[in-house]
Parts: sequence; structure tokens; C-alpha cells
Amino acid sequence: MSEYTNVGKVLKCTHCGENCAEETILASGKSFCCEGCKLVYEILDENNLCTYYSLNNRPGISQKNQSKNRYGYLRDAALREKLISFSDGQKTTVNFRVPQVHCSSCIWLLENMSKLNKGIISSRVNFLKKEVTIFFMDKEIQLAEVAELLANIGYPPEINLSDEQTIKQKKDYSRWYKIGVAGFCFGNIMLLSFPEYLTGKSVLEPSFKLLFGYLNIALSLPIFFYSAAEFFKSAFYSLRQKFINIDVPIALGIAVMFIRSVTEIVLQAGPGYMDSMAALVFLMLVGRWFQNQTYHTLSFERDYKSYFPVAVTLLKNEEEQSIPLSKLKVGNRILVRNNEIISADSILLSGEANIDYSFVTGESQPLKITKGATVFAGGKQCGSAIKVEVIKNVSQSYLTELWNNEIFSATDKDKHEPLINVISKYFTVAIILIAVGSALWWFPSDLHKALDAFTAVLIIACPCALALSSPFTLGHIVRVFGKNGFYLKNAAVVESIAKTTHFVFDKTGTITVAGGSHVVYEGEELNAQELVALKSLFSQSSHPLSAAIAQSISANGQAGISGFSELPGKGIKGKAGEMELKAGAAVFAGTVDSGNVKSSRVYVNINGNYKGVFSLNIQYREGLKEMLHTLSSEYELALVSGDNASEEKTLTTVFPAGSVLRFNYSPQDKLDFVKHLQTSKHKVLMVGDGLNDAGALKQSDTGISVSNNLNNFSPACDAILEGSNFQKLPLLIAFAKKSSVIIGISLVISLLYNAVGLSFAVQGLLSPVFAAVLMPLSSITVVAFVTLSVKVMAVRMRL
Amino acid sequence: MSAIFLLIGISLLVAVGFLVAFLWAVKTNQYEDDYTPSVRILFNDTPPNNNETTKPE
Repeated sequence: MSEYTNVGKVLKCTHCGENCAEETILASGKSFCCEGCKLVYEILDENNLCTYYSLNNRPGISQKNQSKNRYGYLRDAALREKLISFSDGQKTTVNFRVPQVHCSSCIWLLENMSKLNKGIISSRVNFLKKEVTIFFMDKEIQLAEVAELLANIGYPPEINLSDEQTIKQKKDYSRWYKIGVAGFCFGNIMLLSFPEYLTGKSVLEPSFKLLFGYLNIALSLPIFFYSAAEFFKSAFYSLRQKFINIDVPIALGIAVMFIRSVTEIVLQAGPGYMDSMAALVFLMLVGRWFQNQTYHTLSFERDYKSYFPVAVTLLKNEEEQSIPLSKLKVGNRILVRNNEIISADSILLSGEANIDYSFVTGESQPLKITKGATVFAGGKQCGSAIKVEVIKNVSQSYLTELWNNEIFSATDKDKHEPLINVISKYFTVAIILIAVGSALWWFPSDLHKALDAFTAVLIIACPCALALSSPFTLGHIVRVFGKNGFYLKNAAVVESIAKTTHFVFDKTGTITVAGGSHVVYEGEELNAQELVALKSLFSQSSHPLSAAIAQSISANGQAGISGFSELPGKGIKGKAGEMELKAGAAVFAGTVDSGNVKSSRVYVNINGNYKGVFSLNIQYREGLKEMLHTLSSEYELALVSGDNASEEKTLTTVFPAGSVLRFNYSPQDKLDFVKHLQTSKHKVLMVGDGLNDAGALKQSDTGISVSNNLNNFSPACDAILEGSNFQKLPLLIAFAKKSSVIIGISLVISLLYNAVGLSFAVQGLLSPVFAAVLMPLSSITVVAFVTLSVKVMAVRMRL
Repeated sequence: MSAIFLLIGISLLVAVGFLVAFLWAVKTNQYEDDYTPSVRILFNDTPPNNNETTKPE
């Protein structure tokens, strides 16, 4: 049994380690902050799984604000089929995303799930992806029960619409295989070619020479036909589109090297260039792999589907029934419980609706909706369950309609041309001209030498170093950004950031602190008893303002409130013991409004005396003004807000003169605003956070989504910036701009190496040993240079 | 010198062995998650008794 007590000393919850501020539940000699935490403890205790608590200190997640998710819809056969990864009719494997995983205790508990239910055979956690794979017996336990079990031990699996498509996608390992094969062949070819490096005269008997030559050919076949295939494919596709990318000269170089080497070895004219070719392919594959390192847990492709529930609770003849969201129709009546998302525009039928639109607008203060009014899709109900009637289809709702815009159906092709491809155009033409030129020069006198020079030019000019400089520079920059809480979708985003001319900001949640409406109390000082009483009074009310104030009062304990009543338009009142409490509008609390429109104010009156006022200010992010002024020296700034212009006065002082401030913008207006800027050749960087910015983020050249919690939702974008690092934005942009300087210098270095090589090649004097040394050397120099310079610059800029 | 023929053959065979081992490791998802196994190996096989888990407040 548990008992409720008020204790002066703050106890910590055995499960989650949070202060047991509001109430303390004691059970089996341990303290818990809420019933939820206690329940989890009891489940683990019963099953002898308390090692969970000894591996880490208080490893649990607070169950206080966890909504009880229901997984009844997982019984739907079609849905189940989409979610499970494998089933043979008896045993099933399923993959769940569990964002709550955060420490070794989590891993331990989740991997011991078989002790909780005998139907579960085994479970495995992937910590980096925050996923758990569960292998269970169909006869013993249902999929829905597995999900409920996870939720009961504090790890509710996250299931949403987009999972239906993505969760089954197998990871593509072909790049790993290619690198492995290339590495193997490269090492062995080097070994076999080594005797040739030692001296001009062959130290080998001819029989060995022949054997090594043929072995080299055999080893180079997998490299040429398997590992290097992607270069040929890419070159072929780009040529077909009448365009020369960096892979064209690379493919040309590799092909010439291979053909010439095979001919030389077969004709016993020389050892060939197989070693250079193997080294080159291997290095370039490693470069591409390095560039494509991705963040496991972040998703940059989310649309509203990843946020909406998979199923809704349908009310039919007053009976509850769980149906997949896809079957929801106009006219259906649905039940929306606490913390559930409204999945289509609807009309409120009954219940008290406090809708939190923070995922849509970034505004975290819930809105009170009256009966008969419309609640929009994407809002989250806070409070008791409400009944609503659907008036629009899921895909036609005010919010989701945005995704019908053509910008979302357009395939995501590169928004801009990478610098390296611009260069490769001229580079390729120049190389071919030199090759043909030197062939023509030797042709009249020496046919053999002409052929030699022609192929040698193409071999030595193979832009390996050139092709490596940009992946390594950008790859390093992406990593530096990652350390600073700025996560890019891919390396190409660095280049698009560097080209930015215009910044467009969203207001709520982007430049303001989400959920951080700052509560300030002004007036007569309140004693501890009064604070407790007020906190209790405010927690009685479901008004959003009251909730925010109650949360801000740091008082322990609780007072019984009697005679509580809520007077619409005036405020709330009640009695705590002998204390008469009133809170609300100025007149109601017996004072005059100080007329500050900037903030919402709640006046407090105790025992008939006016005491003071709680004001909720919109809190802008730290260092916002300085940041905007730094940016304005180089870029044009704009603000597009979905809110009304009530904050305009403050914002004009925050934003530098000349910035464009727009209010009352719908999601579509925001998109059009960005589009309009782009028509006049501006490169737009959009910073937003909610679903209502999704269109503008997608339309912009670079869309950055600001997020306070990386596990939370963020709309489709090119980059995610942690809210706490917001003021670093100008620095990060400046850093991205430096990338082009570094790439530029590394290009010069690689071109110098090329010039040296070419000077030998045009004379037909290129020896295999020389090529085998020069080509990897130039690549390594370039890689070392860009790595060092990015690191040095990061230290200098304090990133 | 003919021993070299044999040695080259053996060295290639060993190298192929490593290549196959690498490909197998990739195929069995061992590169999927390079963090969790390092934690997993430190867990005891048998959970200790309940009274041992009592923690100081």
C-alpha cells in the first residue's frame, strides 16, 4: 500500500530521480514522485529485475507527464502486417522505436524483457538508433501486448504513420562491401607490385614477373568491375544529361589505367599501373563514405505523418472502437484523450478543449476552445478527453493541405550545383586537350610514344585529390557542426549555407523560447504559506495561464482548496483554510490594470487585499538581438509570423532597421514569401520550428529547424539546430563560408601535383613507380591539409 | 625460389579469409551498432538479490 504525505525535506524518486515536489508516494520503503514511477518499480520488483536500479543511479524516466498510450489498434491485421519485420506464423520479429532509451540500465532492462513475459523469446537494443528488436511467440503474446508491456515499464514505443513505409527498409551495405573488396585488392596488388619499386632493373626472375602481373590483373578485376562501378555509372548518367561531373574524368582515368595496364602486362611490356588504380579507387570510396556519415537518430524527412497517430478512437453508438487513421472519414465522431493529437480538422462536440498547437506553430501556451468551434489537425489535447466531429479529411485539413503543394511532390534533387562539379567541367576539357595535344606532338615521330603520352596524361590527371578535397572538407565541417548541436542532413548543405543571402525567421518557438513564457511576480512579498495556497489554487484551474503560473511557483506541499469557482472573464477564487484567494483580471483583484499590453497578467488578491501580479512575458532567446545585428551586417533579414502584430513594437527594437516583419502569415503565405525572394535570385535560409513552417523550410535553399529536444518532432528540413545553440548561428554560417576557401586552396595544391605529373606525362616519361607514389601522395597531402585546416579554424572560431 | 609460389598462394588465401570475415561482419549487422555491445558485455548474467539493490538515499 502507498500513502501520501507532505514532507518538508525534498525526497528523490527512486525510479526517475526527480524531486518528489508535488507528492511523495512511499512504497516498500522507497519514495516515488508519482504513481507511474511506482508502478514501473513494482513490475520490475515482482520479476526480480531490480538490477535496473543498481546499474545506474535512478535511471528511470519520470512517468508524471506520460500519457497512457493505447495500442489496441495494433490488433488490426493490416496495420500489424506493415509494422512487423518478419513472421513465420509462430514467431514474429518486430522493431520498435523507443526514444526514452538513454543509459545502460535501459539496455539491460529491455534486453531482459523475456523475464517479464514468457512469450517474448529475446530482445535486442540498438542504443544509437534508440530501437529495440523483439522476437516473440505469436501464441503467447500479441503485438499490441508487447507494445503495452514496453509502455508499462516506461518505454512507450513510438509508432506513427510514416513507419508503415520506412521501418522495413533494409540498410544498404554496398558501400561497405565495395570498400572491403577494394581494400583487399589494393593491399595485395601493392604487395605484388613492391618488387618493381626497389630498383630500375628487375630483381625478379621473368617467371615471377609474369605470375605477379597476372595476379595483379586478377586482383584488379573486382576493383574495376565491382568497386569502381559507381564512378562509371555516375559518369555515364551525367554525360547522358549533357553535363560533366567530377566522376567523368575519374572514370576516364580509371578505365585508361586498367586497359593500359592489362595490355602492358599481357604484352610483357611493363608492370602496369594497377597499384595506382587500386589505391585511387580505395581512397575515393573511403572519401565518399566519410562524407556520408549520418546521424542515426535524427530524421530530416518527417512530414505530418510522422507526427500523427496511427489510429484514432472512433465513437459509434457511444461505443469506442480503434480504427486506422486511413479509414477516418468526414462526419466520424472521435474521442481525443489527454495528450492525444487531433488528426483532422474537427468541431468540438463536448468536453473541455485545451489545445496545444506547439508542433504546428511553436506556441506552447494551450488555447481554450469553446464548444462548436473548430479544432485544427495537429493540435494536442491537454486535459480530459473531448469528443469531436471530423469535418475534413486528414489530407485536406488546414495544416496538412500544405503537403499537397507541388514542392513536396517534387523529387528532392540537388538544389544547387556543388563547387566541385563546376570545376570538373573545365578540368575535364583541359585534360582532354592536353592529352590530345601531346599525342599529336609525338605522332609524326614516334607512334608508340604518342600513345604512351596520351594515356599517361589521362592517368596522371585523374582528379583523385580533387575529388577527395571536397568530401573531406565538408565531412569535417559536418562533424564540427554536430559537436555544436547543429546537425546537417548531408554534406552538400554546407555549400548551400555558404551561398545564403537572405535569412527568414519564424517567430514563436524559433526566436522565442518554446514553453518558456517567463512568469514574473511583482508586488508584495508572499510568505511560504501563501505561496502554497496560491499554487494549489492555480492548479485547480484548467486555464492555460493558471497552469503556467502554478508550474512557476516553487513551493512544496499542497493546501486544500474549498469553494473553488471559475468566473469567466474575471478569474478564479477559492479558500485555503482561513485564507480567501482571488486571482484574475485587475478589477477582479481590486486594482487597476497597469496597461502593459506586452504580457498576459494575472492579479492576485488575498483576504481582500491586493497583493501583486504575475506576468507572463514572451521570452526571446538569449543573445537574439546581438545575433540579428551580427547577421544584418552581411545579410538581409526577415520575420514571418503566424501570430498577430501585437509583438511588432518589441520586435522592431530587436530586429535591425531594414528588416522585413510580416504578421498573420499562413503556412502557405510563408512558402510564397520565400518563393518570392527566390524569384529575384536571392538564396534564402529559413529558420523555423513548427509544422506550419514546413512549406517554407522545404521551399528555401536551406531550411533549418530549431529544436529544443532532438527526440521531438521537427519538420522536414536540411539541418536541425539545437535551441540552446541558437545564438551560435552567425558563427556557424561564417564557418560554412570558410569551407569554400579551404576547398579552393586544396584544389590549388592538387592542381600543382597534377602539373608536375603532367610535365612528365606529356614527354611520355611516366613510370609506374612514379605514378604509384605521386598519385596517393597528392591525395594524402590534400586530405591532411583540409583536415588540419578545418580543425585549426574550428579552434580559432571557438566552435 | 619456388617456395615463393607457394607462399604467395598462402598469403592470398589468408587475405581472402580476412576479406570474407569482413564481409560476414557487415552482412550480420555488426557495423549497425558499435555502442550497445560495449555496454552489454559488462552486464552480469545472473541478477543479484533484491536486498543488494537497496540504495542509500
